[in-house]
Amino acid sequence: MTSNNKKELLLKMKNIHIDGFSDERWHKILKGVDLNLYRGEILGLIGESGAGKSTMGKAAMGYTQPGCKIIKGEIIFNGKDLAKLTEFEKRKIWGTKISYVAQSAAASFNPAHRLMEQTISAANRAKINPTDVLRKDAVQLYESLQLPDAENIGERYPHQVSGGQLQRIMTAMAMSPRPELIIFDEPTTALDVTTQVEVLSAMRSIVDKFNTAAIYITHDLAVVAQMADRIKVLRYGEEVEESETREMLSNPKEEYTKSLWSVRSLIKPEETNDDYMLSIKNIDAAYGSSKVLHDVSVNIPRGKTVAIVGESGSGKSTTARVITGLLPQTKGEIIFDGKKLSPKLEQRSKEELRRIQIIFQMPDTAMNPKQTVDEIIGRPIEFYHGVKGKERETKVIELLKMIELDETFLDRLPSELSGGQKQRICIARALAANPDLIICDEVTSALDQIVQEGILKLLQKLQKDLGVTYIFITHDIATVKAISDEIVVMYQGKVVEQGLKSKILNPPHPDYTELLLSSVPEMDPDWLTNLLNKRSS
Amino acid sequence: MPGDFATEILGQSATKSSVEALRSELGLDKHPIPRYFEWLSNVFQGDFGSSFSGRSKVQGDQGDRSRLVVELIIPRLKNTLFLTGVSALVAIPLALLLGISAALYRNSVYDRSATGFSLVTVSSPEFFTGYIFILLLATLFPVFPTIANVNEDTSLIDRFYLTALPVFTLTLVTMGHMMRMTRSAIINILSSEYIEMAKLSGASRYEVIVKHALPNAWAPIAQVITINLAYMLIGSVVVEFVFNYQGIGRLMVGSVYNRDIPVVQACALIFASTYVILNLLADLIGIISNPRLLYPK
Repeated sequence: MTSNNKKELLLKMKNIHIDGFSDERWHKILKGVDLNLYRGEILGLIGESGAGKSTMGKAAMGYTQPGCKIIKGEIIFNGKDLAKLTEFEKRKIWGTKISYVAQSAAASFNPAHRLMEQTISAANRAKINPTDVLRKDAVQLYESLQLPDAENIGERYPHQVSGGQLQRIMTAMAMSPRPELIIFDEPTTALDVTTQVEVLSAMRSIVDKFNTAAIYITHDLAVVAQMADRIKVLRYGEEVEESETREMLSNPKEEYTKSLWSVRSLIKPEETNDDYMLSIKNIDAAYGSSKVLHDVSVNIPRGKTVAIVGESGSGKSTTARVITGLLPQTKGEIIFDGKKLSPKLEQRSKEELRRIQIIFQMPDTAMNPKQTVDEIIGRPIEFYHGVKGKERETKVIELLKMIELDETFLDRLPSELSGGQKQRICIARALAANPDLIICDEVTSALDQIVQEGILKLLQKLQKDLGVTYIFITHDIATVKAISDEIVVMYQGKVVEQGLKSKILNPPHPDYTELLLSSVPEMDPDWLTNLLNKRSS
Repeated sequence: MPGDFATEILGQSATKSSVEALRSELGLDKHPIPRYFEWLSNVFQGDFGSSFSGRSKVQGDQGDRSRLVVELIIPRLKNTLFLTGVSALVAIPLALLLGISAALYRNSVYDRSATGFSLVTVSSPEFFTGYIFILLLATLFPVFPTIANVNEDTSLIDRFYLTALPVFTLTLVTMGHMMRMTRSAIINILSSEYIEMAKLSGASRYEVIVKHALPNAWAPIAQVITINLAYMLIGSVVVEFVFNYQGIGRLMVGSVYNRDIPVVQACALIFASTYVILNLLADLIGIISNPRLLYPK
């Protein structure tokens, strides 16, 4: 990375102020952020949700989401101020000079059109080349992005290819008109780690190949370290700091940046015992005719945390559904505290139901939006313990204190809570039943790193105080390191291995565990390069 | 329905025995369940039976004017199909055009007045709209006739002229619903991520609506169109009555009045199958317009 002064400035954003309208008033989303980007350079934009990074990325195109507006600031792209152009003029730049790669490829492709049509649509509209030339070029792009069956994959519809493939096709779509700038807006956040590696390397090599400048937006530091030449940290719509990637990783200046870096350092000493709270033996389960669990056996020691890891489709959530009785197994048995549980939910006693609780990934959809916190937490107290009136209220407040909130929250609706607070309420609701076993299904996946850390610490504290047992389902290895005693690795509906954390995380590994662990991005800018070299050798 | 054809035709002064006699002649004295199955098996063989009315009261009389139900219904059905067909040809394209353009310029004065006006037309009953048209276009400004009196010899041009007001009425009462649904189906889709993606790849407003939103909105639009088609066909009962149009709706109302059960049953069967067939059609359009259902994974 040579001095930027020698390079040609492509995009200069100066003093950007953007307001957004929500909850019936205007909020400041960006409060005067500057950004410079040179030709062929990749700038990483990181921050938690609400930091304004996505708004900044879109503003680089002169675009704001409905309900947002640019208050002031200049967006000079190739000498033109995008903030001053009309819609019509901007449309000539969008999709051809600047293109955009969205977070959720599955939602960002039009389900009604074939992939090829969508890939070349922008270049076609601008009449950059005749359609057949564009098609051939798209096939070449598919090839260089290592998509299977590059020749024909474009004839499929979006629902017919996987998420990782869609994300690569979207990169091809962005590259098709050979833009000067690509905005990557959290392009790998929705992907499994093993898929993420493939997509990252494909994106990086194609951006290198055409020497395209890019803004890479993410909340994952380890990912941005692989992609970016420079990193800019945003918080509450303001810049925290900016420097070259290596400098930033080795020597962050601001307290906030350091705290982002430190999240992954949370580690718990491992312990285990042979007194099993729950053991599932040789479970098979199926959705209709498609079998998803094959001979799954797992033991959960009392008072400990067992993490079940694996990528999506590996059967981790299905295992949770079988344990709770939501999906009766077709074969095998579940022993809970020495007694056999009946497969069907309806045949379990109220006491059995009380002792196993579950916390879901999406606190937004797991709570009734029309109920107050008091009702949400109070219901299981009434239902399982038959406690009413004043006593119930004391209990609810006690639970709120346990999750580090207080009685001022009693009358709030879920919509009046932040993501982390919502998840805390869900935890309190599970605790209200006074359970012996809590299944946490990806409980931190939807949360920011710092909020994640808070939730994980809370869960650990509760385990220490109450002796509750956890099954922790996740695809995030950092979370596993932080919270588990034992680890179960699952792949394609089978258990690859189970054992103490130290045993699973340290070599030797079975092949799949090796692939999974090596795919977890590390805070080393050379990690991806080294990994790819290692894998290809 | 109280009474049957026998009590209705013979009046209140009829003796018990004459009523009994007519009943046994018509087969009304038999148990309803075997009668139903007899009717059903006949229907499957294409025999809808004969109308009760017009038959001779004396057995063996040569002047028996009773007619086959099919003969009675076919010309009326043709008339109704003509009326609803023309109305559909006017209403559907107009509704789509208005709906799409309202979505395109949403929250503009045009959009507000179009949706506002459609709300008024949807909320007004057919007879009211019909009489307003009569008042305006037949009485105050006598452009079109009040009575849509067609027969088998009426030429096509004359038919268009005679049915103008009923067509206007049916168009107005159904168009609003279809237009509003088209608009809201498209606007619903406009908040999707792929619409933002289309905008960011430089698509114009028109392209976003017509190429990106509309193809995904066909299923709900087809649903509302077919519901309105069925409504036109069946709801034409009122319109036919207002304009004295010789359609199947009027026939059914008249037959109910006479307790002429074979005709009523045949009409009901036609109306019911219309609903079923049109709904099936809407589902088929929903499947054809959705690649996710059309092409397996």
